[in-house]
Amino acid sequence: MKISEIVKMIGGSVVAGNKNSDIEFEMAFASDLMSDVLTVKTDNLLLLTGLVNIQAIRTAEMSDIACIIFVRNKKVTAEMIRIATESKITIIQSPFSMFKVSGLLYNTGIKPVF
Amino acid sequence: MHFEYLVEGGNFSKAGFPSSQVKKTLKQLNVDGSVIKRTVVALYEAEVNIVAHAYSGVILVAIDTEKIRITLTDEGPGIPDIKKAMEIGYSTATPAVREMGFGAGMGLSNMNSNADSLDITSEVGKGTKVEIINFFGK
Repeated sequence: MKISEIVKMIGGSVVAGNKNSDIEFEMAFASDLMSDVLTVKTDNLLLLTGLVNIQAIRTAEMSDIACIIFVRNKKVTAEMIRIATESKITIIQSPFSMFKVSGLLYNTGIKPVF
Repeated sequence: MHFEYLVEGGNFSKAGFPSSQVKKTLKQLNVDGSVIKRTVVALYEAEVNIVAHAYSGVILVAIDTEKIRITLTDEGPGIPDIKKAMEIGYSTATPAVREMGFGAGMGLSNMNSNADSLDITSEVGKGTKVEIINFFGK
């Protein structure tokens, strides 16, 4: 599933990175615990989180995660956008809850890691 | 090739910068992607530990043709029981650290699974030294 399709489905908007990216995402992981995200070995992963801070971006950077979905429209700072852009990470903001975004993505065939 | 980075205890806004720089360097050197990911995940976990627990730290990075050796030395409270600290779920992190998305007691074991060689020595009341070695050929 491409970024543009994901954005449409979750009523989101792209606040950093390439909204026309050709990357096909097949799996997602939803967590507010970055320690947990750092243990995931899967590549090409979507990260869903309500933890909106610089360390969420850094965690994605280290884990080769190319797209983060921040749920509940939490405010993304300019510094977060700067680091994400530098690391070619796309940030999507969605007004929906983590549960709803997870459900919508799951319904279209996005697979869980575990 | 050698690099040195200073880490400020308690300053989460800067955590991850050294790991990010190391990632860029390894990419430029055309190191295998999976080795880069393992290395920077282990380093980032170690870096977050300094920010979370110590007063200050120094990261020394040495890269040669076959491996990367990262030595993190901090001034801090030290670890009284390293074996216990390696257990998944054991944590002494403060609520502030947990609010940042860390402190679940998973860092040391994750460092261990992402490093070819991990050596931790610590002196209570003085500080901790962590050495991570990853080979490029693996």
